[in-house]
Amino acid sequence: MYAQMVKSTGKGLKSRDEMTEEERHFQDRIDAGEKIEPKDWMPEGYRQTLIRQIGQHAHSEVVGQLPEGNWITRAPTLERKAILLAKVQDEAGHGLYLYCAAETLGVSRDELTERLLDGSMKYSSIFNYPTLTWADIGAVGWLVDGAAIMNQVPLQRTSFGPYSRAMVRICKEESFHQRQGYDIMMKMARGTPEQKAMAQDAINRFWHPSLMMFGPSDKDSVHSAESMAWKIKINTNDELRQKFVDQTVPQAEYLGLTIPDPDLRWNEERGHYDFTEPDWSEFFEVVKGNGPCNAERLEARRKAWDDGGWVREGLMAHAEKRAARRTAAE
Amino acid sequence: MSKEWPLWEVFIRGQHGMSHRHVGSLHAPDAEMAIKNARDVYTRRNEGVSIWVVEARHIAASSPSEKGPLYEPSESKIYRHPTFFDIPDDVGAM
Repeated sequence: MYAQMVKSTGKGLKSRDEMTEEERHFQDRIDAGEKIEPKDWMPEGYRQTLIRQIGQHAHSEVVGQLPEGNWITRAPTLERKAILLAKVQDEAGHGLYLYCAAETLGVSRDELTERLLDGSMKYSSIFNYPTLTWADIGAVGWLVDGAAIMNQVPLQRTSFGPYSRAMVRICKEESFHQRQGYDIMMKMARGTPEQKAMAQDAINRFWHPSLMMFGPSDKDSVHSAESMAWKIKINTNDELRQKFVDQTVPQAEYLGLTIPDPDLRWNEERGHYDFTEPDWSEFFEVVKGNGPCNAERLEARRKAWDDGGWVREGLMAHAEKRAARRTAAE
Repeated sequence: MSKEWPLWEVFIRGQHGMSHRHVGSLHAPDAEMAIKNARDVYTRRNEGVSIWVVEARHIAASSPSEKGPLYEPSESKIYRHPTFFDIPDDVGAM
C-alpha cells in the first residue's frame, strides 16, 4: 500500500446520534455510493485525512522514481532502458494526478512538497530499500507494483471524486508496470545460473518489505474504522496482504523461484496461503527514518527541489514579462 | 521569493471525434508550457488528438447548494423524453 498508517481523527466512529445533521447527510451520501466532490460540504476530519492519505500516496509515487531511476543508465538493453524510462515517467505522472487531487481539498502542491521535505509527511516504507541489481528492477515491478495494485484497484471506488478518478487512470497504467517487472523476472529466471541466483536474491530481499507495504494489522484501529466508514479505505490491511500473497505465490512457482518463507503453505480449510508476518520492528524503524536509504531518498528530493528553484522562478518571471508585454501592446 | 505556478485545467479531445473532456489539472507558468506539460502528463498513451488548457481561476462554476433550483425544474418535464409518447407498433419505426 502506498499510504501506510494514515491517521484519521483518532476519535473513533461517531454514532448517528452524535452526528450533526450535516454529518448525517454526508454519511448517507457516502453509504448510498455517491461521490463527494471538492466543493461539497465535508467534515473537516474527512478533508484532513484525505490530504494526508492522498499526499502520502503522491509522495510515494515521486520518491518511488528514485530506486528505479538508479538503473535507467545501466539497463541491459536499449529496449529495457526505454521501457524503464517510460515506467519511471509514469510514476511522475501518477504523482502529479494525485497532487492535483489533493489540491482540490485546499492544500497547495508546494505546501505538500515542503511537508515531505521537512519530514512531517511520509512516503511508503518500501522505497527506503536499495535496488542493488538489475533483478531488483524486476522484483520491484512484479512485487512492489503488484502490492500497490492490490491497494489501488479498490480505491477506484473511493468516495472522493478526484481521488477516485486519479486511481482509475493510475490503475490502467500500473498493469504495464507489473507486467514489465514480471517479464524481467522471467528472463532472469530462465537465464544462466548466475542470473537465476540474482532473481532469487531479489525476491529474498523484497518479499518481506513488500508485505510491509500494506501496513501492520489494522483490524482494531480507530483510524481505519473511520476511514472505512468514509470509504477512503476499502479493505483492511490484512485482507489486502492475504490477497497479495494468494496471487503472488503461484507466480513465483511459475518462475521456479522460492518465496523466502519456510512456513508458507496452502491452507485448504481457509482457502488461503498461510504465511509468516514480516518483522514489524524493522517496519517501524524504517518508518521512523532508520531504513537503509531514508536519508539518501530525502536528500535526493531536497536537492531536486533546491536545484530546480531557479527554473521555477525563471519560467514564472518569463511568463510574467511576456504577459506584461502583451498587455502593453494592446 | 518563490511563487507557485498557476493551476491549469486540462481538456483533451479523444481519438473518436468526441468533444474535449476534462481530464485533470496541472501547474505551469504559462499556456504554452501548460500544453507541453499536458501532453506529457495526460497523453502518454495516445489518449488525445487535441488539448485545451484553461487557467483554473478563469473557470466559473455552479455551486453544489444551487443543485435544487438549477436542476429540479427539469425533473417534472418527462415529456421531453421520446419514451413519454406511446406510438403504436403498427406505425413502424419512429
